[in-house]
Amino acid sequence: MPTHDKVPAQGRVVLDAGDISRALVRISHEILERNKGAEDLLLLGLHTRGVPLAHRIAANIATVEGTTVATGSLDVTMYRDDLRSHPTRAPHRTELPAGGIDGKTVVLVDDVLYSGRTIRAALDALSDLGRPAVVRLAVLVDRGHRELPIRADHVGKNLPTARSERVSLRLSETDGEDEVTIQ
Amino acid sequence: MNRHLLSIDDLEVADIHQIFTTAAEMHDVQKREVKKLPALRGRTVINLFFEDSTRTRSSFEIAGKWLSADVINLSAKGSSASKGESLRDTALTVTAMGIDGLVVRHSASGAAEQISRWVDVPVINAGDGTHEHPTQALLDGYALTRKLGTLEGRHVAIVGDVTHSRVFRSNVKSLVKLGASVTVVAPPTLMPAGVGDWSKQAGFATSYDLDAVLPEVDAVMMLRVQRERMSGGFFPTAREYTIGYGLTRDRLALLKPGAPILHPGPMNRGLEISPDAADAADSLVLDQVSSGVAVRMSVLYHLLAGEPETIGGGSA
Repeated sequence: MPTHDKVPAQGRVVLDAGDISRALVRISHEILERNKGAEDLLLLGLHTRGVPLAHRIAANIATVEGTTVATGSLDVTMYRDDLRSHPTRAPHRTELPAGGIDGKTVVLVDDVLYSGRTIRAALDALSDLGRPAVVRLAVLVDRGHRELPIRADHVGKNLPTARSERVSLRLSETDGEDEVTIQ
Repeated sequence: MNRHLLSIDDLEVADIHQIFTTAAEMHDVQKREVKKLPALRGRTVINLFFEDSTRTRSSFEIAGKWLSADVINLSAKGSSASKGESLRDTALTVTAMGIDGLVVRHSASGAAEQISRWVDVPVINAGDGTHEHPTQALLDGYALTRKLGTLEGRHVAIVGDVTHSRVFRSNVKSLVKLGASVTVVAPPTLMPAGVGDWSKQAGFATSYDLDAVLPEVDAVMMLRVQRERMSGGFFPTAREYTIGYGLTRDRLALLKPGAPILHPGPMNRGLEISPDAADAADSLVLDQVSSGVAVRMSVLYHLLAGEPETIGGGSA
């Protein structure tokens, strides 16, 4: 799916700022629970809105555990399977924390999980960058309609949707306010 | 973005910035252990080089291969062109094999554009006669932007054999598009005829006095003096050229502190550029080479990776 720069407010709100915040707190706790702490944890946000989400989760973890979790960003443009069906766009920053991903528990963070193709591309990108010990996936919204055998480990909200509907996340970091809308 | 890259005229300012942004990400690939991106997997690119080149050709070859394309080098010497095959037949024969992109270097100005009218694949001009060398200008602009930030309002000097330089012609266009002012310095014998009118139109200044220009600029680009010119009566001796127009050690002191020094290569150390200048801390010569791979990866990606119908349409 082509990413938008700024999403205009439209459609029905399914998650408001409070819902988003509570979901992220729960996801942060789940990540710590699953990992039994913050050791070797590395959060990688997928552009665009996965990145601020990853930073918010890192901030939550810092509050709970008192430790800073390594956080970075991953751009998967070059690994997409649909390059030939869109005009090219410049990739976003891929920034890995010092120490790389080898042997780490990498938690990919994305806003909406849909067909699963972006995550497949992210896994291919990761395999060219190193060899993590474990890769997990945290998403704010899972809207179903998977086209590949991909699933999330941590989900903020399961949202049954029709294919014709569009789910959009707006975040204060990128769009001025927090909400998830569907239209 | 335009279907072909034949000249800097094919690019809007926004396209140039998009190429730079992509190149910055491609640059990171150079530092990785696995230097591969799958974006051009299965695509075949032919380097059709009728003129010698190590730098540009290997740069395009590495760029294509790091994007997972299949890259094949054809040079004039090893091809039927030496048996008298026409340019058109060579181009059509090569593309008839079902390739996806052509990178062309030729000693005749306009050759790349001519080829682009015969074939139905994107064509990238890797240098045509004394006309243009767009990817060189893009990598120069990119290397300068990395060092100086935005080029808006910056002043760049281009020094050397301007008459015969395609690097100059492409650079002047791209630097002016990026908002820089350009002063071209050369001895009168190496300044193109009619440059006065051209320079007014194209927005660059000219000067015969290198010592006066150097303290005014934020960056200086030295052009190679080709050996053929030495015996062409363009200047009395090589030494005379160096005294008047070489970037000698003394002239380094005239430059603003931190002003980058560029050279497209290959350098004639001691002629147009002193070893002191070539190896100075502010010399961007090696940066230009690594930038060259990143910029060519960016150009190949934008021209070949996207939707075929949009190649030749609007920009993304």
